[in-house]
Formats: sequence, structure tokens, C-alpha cells
Amino acid sequence: MDMDQVKQTFIIEARELLASMEEALLTLEDQTDPSESINAIFRAVHTIKGSAGLFGLDPIVRFAHSVESVMDRVRSGRLPLGPELIGLFLECHDHLVAKLATVLENAPEHPDCQKEGERLMTSLIPWLGASIATIPSVHPEVSPRREGGKDYWHISVRFPPSMFQNGMDPLSFVRYLRTLGQMVSLHSLLERVPTGDAFDPELCYLGLEMDLETDVDRKTLEGVFEFIQDDSRIRIIPPHSKVEEYLSLIQALPEEEHHLGEILVAGGCITPHDLEMALQTQRTEDSQRMIGTIFVEDQSVPSPVVVAALEKQKRFQDKAVNEMRVVKVAAEKLDNLVNLVGELVIAGASAQALANQAKEPRLVEATATFNKLVEEIRDNALSLRMVQIGETFSRFRRIVRDVSRDLGKEIELEIQGAETELDKTIVEKIADPLMHIVRNSMDHGIEPTEVRLARGKPVTGSLSLNAYHESGSIVIEVADDGGGLDRSRILAKAMEKGLVAAGADLSDAEVHAMIFEPGFSTAESVSNLSGRGVGMDVVRRNIDALRGTVEIESYEGSGTTIRIRLPLTLAIIDGFRVEVEGTCYVIPLDTVIECLDLGPFLESEENHLINLRGEVLPFLRLREIFALSGTKPSKERVVVIQYGEVRAGIVVDKLLGEFQTVIKPLGELFRNLKGLGGSTILGTGEVALILDVPQLVNLASQRTRTRTPILS
Amino acid sequence: MITFEHNQHTLRLWGDLTIYHAAEARSRLGEELARDPELEVDLSGIEELDTSGVQVLLWLKAEARAQGQSLPFTSHSPAVLEVFDQLNLAAAFGDTLLIAPNA
Repeated sequence: MDMDQVKQTFIIEARELLASMEEALLTLEDQTDPSESINAIFRAVHTIKGSAGLFGLDPIVRFAHSVESVMDRVRSGRLPLGPELIGLFLECHDHLVAKLATVLENAPEHPDCQKEGERLMTSLIPWLGASIATIPSVHPEVSPRREGGKDYWHISVRFPPSMFQNGMDPLSFVRYLRTLGQMVSLHSLLERVPTGDAFDPELCYLGLEMDLETDVDRKTLEGVFEFIQDDSRIRIIPPHSKVEEYLSLIQALPEEEHHLGEILVAGGCITPHDLEMALQTQRTEDSQRMIGTIFVEDQSVPSPVVVAALEKQKRFQDKAVNEMRVVKVAAEKLDNLVNLVGELVIAGASAQALANQAKEPRLVEATATFNKLVEEIRDNALSLRMVQIGETFSRFRRIVRDVSRDLGKEIELEIQGAETELDKTIVEKIADPLMHIVRNSMDHGIEPTEVRLARGKPVTGSLSLNAYHESGSIVIEVADDGGGLDRSRILAKAMEKGLVAAGADLSDAEVHAMIFEPGFSTAESVSNLSGRGVGMDVVRRNIDALRGTVEIESYEGSGTTIRIRLPLTLAIIDGFRVEVEGTCYVIPLDTVIECLDLGPFLESEENHLINLRGEVLPFLRLREIFALSGTKPSKERVVVIQYGEVRAGIVVDKLLGEFQTVIKPLGELFRNLKGLGGSTILGTGEVALILDVPQLVNLASQRTRTRTPILS
Repeated sequence: MITFEHNQHTLRLWGDLTIYHAAEARSRLGEELARDPELEVDLSGIEELDTSGVQVLLWLKAEARAQGQSLPFTSHSPAVLEVFDQLNLAAAFGDTLLIAPNA
């Protein structure tokens, strides 16, 4: 087994666990019943500790153990979980992340990191209560070292007869134990099932002898049987135990001693010689030795607790099942698949074009079926890359919490549309721009508490993240209820910087867009978060690179909403093919609203306007804006497209119909070309250009105001 | 729900052999065994099996042995095989098990 790869898996899992821990910590305060979150935190730390022990990562084991000990007190209700402790746990979370990073680099722990760890462990001590003595040493049962005896646990259980009546099944215990580690051997003891009429099918007669190789500790194993320990006989013998402990197990269960002895010999716990010796001793010794320490402590559990406990047990199981249903695949493999599907789409289109030319009905039908399947494969392949934006959003809980504390403002984060899906590549690339915007909103948008009070607003500022789908795009909104953008101040600053001529008449949207200019800041004070005028221009560049747009809606005194529109995917789209002067162009189908003949709808040729059932829309002639030679056909067609809330008409010669389009980026030379978003290859092998709808819509609506149709 | 379908010498079980039907299954299986000394039990229709079901099957096997009957269990369904696997019961029953192709 490749240890490096296993270690990688450990790190990936640990990161996921830490992420869920952070999420749980941050949502704790809003929950009426936080027990599930507390359990999630405990499980995360506990699992990391266990796995780290396997790799001999002692610093992580030691640190996680301290956190776990405190968390255990919280879980058992001995310690209330207040904001102070949550803060401390968050710091511990960060420290675990840092420790994991050093593991990834295979580097020794940085002295600063060590110091931070010691500082945190010291601050954990006051929360530990009496169990302080156990902190400094690594839990002996986690240690992977072999000291003698067998390095796996032996668990001996005789289930209570009333088991089934209480709604429990030994099978679920076995299934759960198997999730904790490797079941080295398992014997079902069924001798107690009576024969004949004595058999009562509703009583449980089962006993189990199990050898389990696992890195969980005794407490966890005992916890598995917590709800039946009242009336079952349970013995858990830890790894590396001396042979005597197994022998005492045999002695404690005399009615099955012979059989049990054989099982233990078969499992390798003891040798036949040991067994013989033990049986002899038993015969000669009158008094039986008691091994009180290995008995699970007796504790009476009232029946409502049993019901609750059962549900908990079931949740554990469900979780384990869910984990197994997910397959992790390297992103690179997915990219390769999507690329191949892209090629397949092109090849399919080519086959269909040939079939249409051949006019062979059966061939046409076959290629049509084929292309329908390709379309499904395409949708499936692309959906594999789709991830929910929720994970990205929930990261902001932490940021909002930390930043609002730094700024001394009370800010509440509201998340909507977390289940909205978009391409993984886009999610990764949008996280940083979003971060800038969120920080800006908190720093400049939301006013200090005194100002809010003076303005009659609630003390707690609100910041909301929202995501939803809209005509082939995903929209992400960051909204605050702060002071809004100060139009006059932005305008003054813009004039000072020479961005606009003095006295220019600008719309609100144009003024607001100024904040995306490089080096633009109206902040009077520069904080360590924002205000240095670096950032918003980078935000816009990043969004541009994703073929997205950003707009600002702001009302002075009542808040700002920053709206980012992004394409759903970067690879393949449904296109609508049109023709101008014998050349093919593709318009993304999601943006197409309807198609019309130009003639009857023409409102004003001079102003480039059409009248669409009472709605006046600007239009563009592709022939004109691309400066194509040739003459207009007698009948022109209009494709009505929409981007965001703006509509426009695109006038073309011919409509050719739908077409699956694999987007190929335009070369470096055409990087600055406006109006074109990319290229694609048609079934005939010809190249077609993909129109850039946002730019065209923009151009059309600008032109109706300025009447100068130019593509710069 | 558990249903029984007796055809020739084969008794086919359908549905869930769990604690909810353990008593019913026990009395029905006992009757069938007494009626037909050459009985075979076909388990292919079992969708869910729990420990109480396992106990009923074991008891039935033991009853048959006590009466000198072989009572083979055949065509174990995936649910049955999974439980046998979990509890390591294949040897206790002693029937031929067909390993599922995807196991």
C-alpha cells in the first residue's frame, strides 16, 4: 500500500471533517437543539485524532485529544457551550488546519505553530475540570506500537433476550462495529437457540465473539453497547492484553468455556497451550478471579433515553451508508471526460450533417437517436462538474464572524439559495472576488453601531448572500443594509482622478461602476481590510475572465446589492445558429427569447427600434456591426435576446436552428475583440463564431442613447 | 409482509423475515416441515432479514435435523447473503451458497 496516497486520503478527509466542524461551530448559536452539531464537532475531532494516531502524527493526536476532552464535557452536558468556548474551539480548528498543512508539506512543525498549539492547549485546561491529568500523554490505546498480545480488541457480547422487544437488532451493532475498523474474526454463538417448543421467536438468543482491529478507544467501543449494557454480558478486552485476561473471560462464562476457548484459539488470541493451562487452573482454583476493570460499568438507563439512543444509533448508520454512496474522482479525470464529450458532440454533429446530405431516412434516424444520447451524455457529464454553492457560502460565516468582531460591528449573515449549482471551476474562481465584496460590504457598507442607531436602523447589520438561476446564468448577490454608495463622493473622486470630465451627466449605474476602476477608493480611513483602493478592480477582472458581469444596485441610506452574473458552465452550451452573408454565427440558446420577421415589427429604422407587442426594443444588424459587405436580403429576421433584465433584437439573414455548441476559446490575437465570445466547429468542419450576448445587449441599449453604432 | 408459496416440495418465502413476522413464520414453517419430509426452502424472495429471522431459520434447521430431515435452504437472496456474511453464519447453516456476481 502506498503510504503517501493513504496520507493524502487522511488529509482530504481531515479537511472535510474540519470544514464540517467549523460549520457546526458557527451554526451552534442559532440552533434550538444543538446536540447534533455538538456531536458532529466531537466526531470530527475524534476521527482526526484516531487517524492521526495511525500515521504516528503525535502533535495532532495530542492536540486533538485535548480538544476532544473538553468537547466530551460539553457533549455530556457538564460544560455549557458559550460564545467564549466557541471562539476557542474555532481557534483550535484553525490550529488543526495549520497542523495538517505541515503534514502535507512533510515539514517539521514550525516553532510558531508549536507555540500556538501550546498556547491553545493551555487555554483549554481551565475547561477540562477534573480530567486535567490525562492531557499530556498520548492516549495509550491509540498508539500503534505493539507491546505483546494481540493488536486488536476482543469483544464478547451476550445480547439480552428482550433485545428485539426493545426494537434493537444485534445486526445493527455488527454493522456499526464494522464501520469502526477491520473485523478480523466474528463468531455467532447460536447454541442458546432452544429446540422444539421452547423456542420463542421473539426472544434474542444470540451471542457474539469478535476480534476488531480499530484505532478507536475503549470509550467508543463501550459507547456502542451503551443502550444494552444493563442486561447483556459485555466484555471488551483491549489490544496488547495479557493472555490472562482472555482466560478470565473463559472462566467467567463457564457454560460455554470449551467452545469459547476454541473460538479464542481460532482467532489467535491465545494458544491451545494457554487454554489447557487455564482449564487446569480453573479446576484447581476454587475462587474465581474477578476482572472488575473490564466489565462495562453498570448504569441504569430510563426507557425514553433508550428510544433517543436508538435514533442516534440509526443516524450513525445512515451517515455511514451515505458516505459509501459517494465516489471521489480526481478533477482532472472529470475535465478529460468533459473534453472528450465535447469532441463527441462535434463528431456527432458531423455525422448528422453527412446523414442529412445523404438523404437516407434510416441513417438520418440512426444519427438522430445517436445525437439525442450524446446530448444526454453531455448533460450528465456536465452535471458531474456541478457543485452546490452552499459550501462556498458557508465559509463566509466564519469571515463575517471574525471581521465583524474586528470592526466592532454586529453583523448577521443570511444565506439563501445555497443549493444552487454551478460549475466547479467557476465556484473555485469566484470565491476570492466574493470575499473582497463581502469584506467591502462589511467595512464600508454597514455603518458603525452609533451611526445605525442615529439613522433609526436595527443595531445588527445584515449581510445576505443569495444565489439563483436566471436565463442560462447563475446570479450571486451580496446585499447589505448599510449606508449605500455615496454618489456625490464617488463622482467628486472620479473627477479628481480624471476618470470623468467635470460636469458630465452620468447615470447611477455608470457612477456606481466607478468603484471597479483601478486604485479607486473614497474611504477616508484605510483599514487592514479594505479601503486601499486595491481589490474591486481585481474583482471585476476575475469576473470578466469567467465571462461574467457585475452590477451594483445601491440606495443611499438603505443599502447596496452587488449582483454577479456568471455563465452556468464554461464548456458546452446549446446554441442557436443564424446566418449572415453566408457565414454562420451561434447565439447561446438560453439567451434567446423569440424569433421574428423584422418587417412587421420595425418601429424606427433610423433609431434602430422595433415594436414588440407594445414594448420598444433596440436592435442591431450583425451585418452593420461586423461591417460585412453584400446586400440585405428582402426579408430580414430578428432574434430577440435577453441578458439580465435587458432585451435586444439581433437582425440576421437566416435562422438555421438549434445546435449543440462546444465552446472553443478564441486565440490570443482575438482576445480584445468585442461582440464575440468564442468559436465552435460545425458538423461540416466549418468554424462558426459565438456571439457575446452581454456585450451585444449592452451595445444595443447604449446605442439607442448615443446613436453611434461602433464596436470599439 | 411475509408470504409463503408451497409448490411441489419447495416452499418459497417472499418479503421480510423480521421480528414483526417471526412468530408467524415460526408456526407456518413448523407446520410445513411436519407436512412434507422432503421440503426445501427457497430464500430468493427474502427482501429483509434480521437476527430474529436468522434464529427462526436456525431453529427450523435444527428441528429438521432432529427429525432426520435434510431441509436444504436454496437460492439465498442478496439480503440473506448479506446477513449471513455479517454474522458469519454460512457454516452454521451448512447450505450451499451461491456467491452473488457483484459480491
